[in-house]
Amino acid sequence: MKIVKSRPDLCTGCRACMIACSKVLYKVEDPDKSAIRIKERSGAESGYDIFVCNHCGKCISICSVEAIYKAKNGAVRIDAEKCVGCYMCVGFCPEQAMFVHKDINEPIKCIACGACVRACPTGAIYFEEQD
Amino acid sequence: MAGKILATYEYTPAKVEKGYAGKTLYINLSEMTIKEKPVTEKMKEIFVGGRGFGLWYLWNAVSSDTKWNDPENEIIIAGGPICGITQYPGSGKAAVVTLSPLTGCPMDNNVGGYFAPLLKFSGWDALEIQGKSDRDVIVFIDGNRGKVVIEDASDEPADTHLLAEKLTERYADSEEDKRNISVVSSGKGAENTLIGMLNVSFYDVKRRAVRVKQAGRGGSGTVFRDKKIKAVVVKYKGVTGDSNNPADKEKIINAALRLHKEIFELDKLQNRMREVGTANLVEVMNDYDLLPVMNFQYGSHPDADKITSKVFREKYFTQNVPDNCWYGCSLSCAKAVDNYEVKTGPYKGQKVCVDAAEYETIAAVAANCGIFDPEYVIEANFYCDTYGLDTISFGNIVGFAMECYERGIINKEITGGLELKFGNADAALELLHQMARGEGFGKIAGQGVKNLREYILEKTGADPKLLRDISMEIKGLEVSMYVSKESLAQQGGYAFANKGPQHDEAWLIFMDMVNKQIPTFEDKAEALHYFPIFRTWFSLQGLCKLPWNDIVPADNAMTDEPHKIPAHVQNYVDLFNGVTGKNITKEELLLQSERVFNFQRIFNLKMGKGTREYDMPPFRLLGPATKEEYESRAERYDKQLKELGYDIEGKAKEEKMTMLRQYRESQFEKLMDAVYKRRGWNKNGVPTLETAKKLGIDFPDVVELIAKYQV
Repeated sequence: MKIVKSRPDLCTGCRACMIACSKVLYKVEDPDKSAIRIKERSGAESGYDIFVCNHCGKCISICSVEAIYKAKNGAVRIDAEKCVGCYMCVGFCPEQAMFVHKDINEPIKCIACGACVRACPTGAIYFEEQD
Repeated sequence: MAGKILATYEYTPAKVEKGYAGKTLYINLSEMTIKEKPVTEKMKEIFVGGRGFGLWYLWNAVSSDTKWNDPENEIIIAGGPICGITQYPGSGKAAVVTLSPLTGCPMDNNVGGYFAPLLKFSGWDALEIQGKSDRDVIVFIDGNRGKVVIEDASDEPADTHLLAEKLTERYADSEEDKRNISVVSSGKGAENTLIGMLNVSFYDVKRRAVRVKQAGRGGSGTVFRDKKIKAVVVKYKGVTGDSNNPADKEKIINAALRLHKEIFELDKLQNRMREVGTANLVEVMNDYDLLPVMNFQYGSHPDADKITSKVFREKYFTQNVPDNCWYGCSLSCAKAVDNYEVKTGPYKGQKVCVDAAEYETIAAVAANCGIFDPEYVIEANFYCDTYGLDTISFGNIVGFAMECYERGIINKEITGGLELKFGNADAALELLHQMARGEGFGKIAGQGVKNLREYILEKTGADPKLLRDISMEIKGLEVSMYVSKESLAQQGGYAFANKGPQHDEAWLIFMDMVNKQIPTFEDKAEALHYFPIFRTWFSLQGLCKLPWNDIVPADNAMTDEPHKIPAHVQNYVDLFNGVTGKNITKEELLLQSERVFNFQRIFNLKMGKGTREYDMPPFRLLGPATKEEYESRAERYDKQLKELGYDIEGKAKEEKMTMLRQYRESQFEKLMDAVYKRRGWNKNGVPTLETAKKLGIDFPDVVELIAKYQV
């Protein structure tokens, strides 16, 4: 499958990826509802950090209601019907790439659609084939 | 006729708002009536929820003459306003309140499983059951359809592993629906002893198995079966992270994510609750000489390494499954042994999933009986659970009987042929099966340590003073599993506890003895004021205590009061305010608890107890009660006596024992005075009128009652 990879040195912090993501996932332009997050570095370091799911699947065994599964295309997905909104997976994500919003029961998570990659003007995020 | 519907009640399920459904489901089994009662603003203001509601309903239901098996006695099961949030670890607990057959006073338990959350989302903040049925019944609450039925259950099995599974199958529409069912049940042991407990189920989606958590202490299961309840079942489909309709969800989410991340990063470095649950305490307690061995005579044993968490981790506990007893508990301490083949008794040969084993159970059924065999632990744990018996009381009873047997106080004539020597696992299991059947010595022993002591005194003419010294009960309840001989604060924690000596009220042993955080009398009195009150709060809310201090933030040691875990206290303030929309401070959080805590103390008084004399422990709780104990730690005790200025040169062991006893008893009495004073109680341990007034629990009947005890 293809997963989203990043080159933070190319990121300008425009957040076009976040807008594109929220449009796909929740049909709104709201960076707070995006599954990819750009965070400006604090302190002496300049630039941005990019947090996005690499579909490692560690969250699957964390979930006690089997709401997280590997889809046919290899993407790790959440079944919103089964999810009880406990956010254990969010706290236990080694990539810190799952997010929450008070109006959304389930965690916000990448579905590997590539919308963010298409929206990025600098190539700071890109799709890469992974086994 | 089995399955026959005896009563039906239809209702429109109340929508939960800010943590409350606003209604209580009341069932009277004598009259077979079902009705709803409003949860008033005043109840919420004074009693908050959970244990607070339970005590209030029970207070109004019973008189000072009511006995545990009178129809007036109730069983109340209630969560609390925070109960049922899915985000914060440990938020699915039920408080169970009833008059105890062991103590004659109100008993409270705090139990996991899905019952309390599903009950609330079905429209009920509390379930209040009164009366006694003339035949076995099941109460079924359907929270989606808005229907409560009482059914004849004459043909159903009583034992939990059979019944909870059968009822989960019966009431679920499909495999996926099973997680929406929770069963409260007990077992045959609860019918034939006074140490019966309640199991509360949840369906483990990953194991495809019904699991149970226990409301263990003080005989709640005995009351349940005395009312002829086989099971109470709740069904509710549709739990989400918003089911409580919280006022400010972000406050909850922020606290929850902080804690999930802490657990993710630090649990493996701290207590490894996710790997081994509370079993990690076996080796810790053994190392610090705090593990009860052979009826609390000793605090460690060379064979204890056979029952440590390492052994359970490597051979028995299933790993890498989220062992939580309600959604969102990433601390996940509810370990289980899968595919265990039962070795004895009526279920021999069956393969079962055992909710085993917690520290308390390992210590009680094994170390305290001088048995160091992990498979015996699992076997005894399985049978205690399915028979509906409290493992802590069971382990105490067997340990006490074994000591009496080894000291020649009782013999095979009394035990019905059982060779009750320390270490005899077969005899312990036989006694367990006898308790369940209500036969032989098991029937006598199943009445609890206090009653067993009276029986032995009557039958043997043994020395009553010795028997009191070594019978580990206070107020009629058996002591939980920590040797408190070297911790004055823990002695008070056990002895003054409202329901009897259970560590959930005050567990100060490490703070006092190991970390030396409370060295002076004033410090200890303050700790015995603060912690019992703080810990009471969990059971008002539907929360578990473990995520408070069994995981701590990385920078906790740098805070002003590390033993209070200030960051987590702030989380609780945020949770309460986030759910209810109120704006309490941490001081007001304590005030909520202090009210209920004092009310419970006064309730003991109403039942004819609750004064200083009922807070007196057996001497073994305070120090070495026998020569063997003194001898085993002679260096420690000799050193202490010397440091205290006693001249022990050439003194006989008996003389030194007397010196140590006098000293420790005087320290205990002094502690009692200091604690009572700090709590706003008089010298007799009764809250003063001023205290009751300050707390806003000065109801006319309370004032009338406590006025009699003011001098």
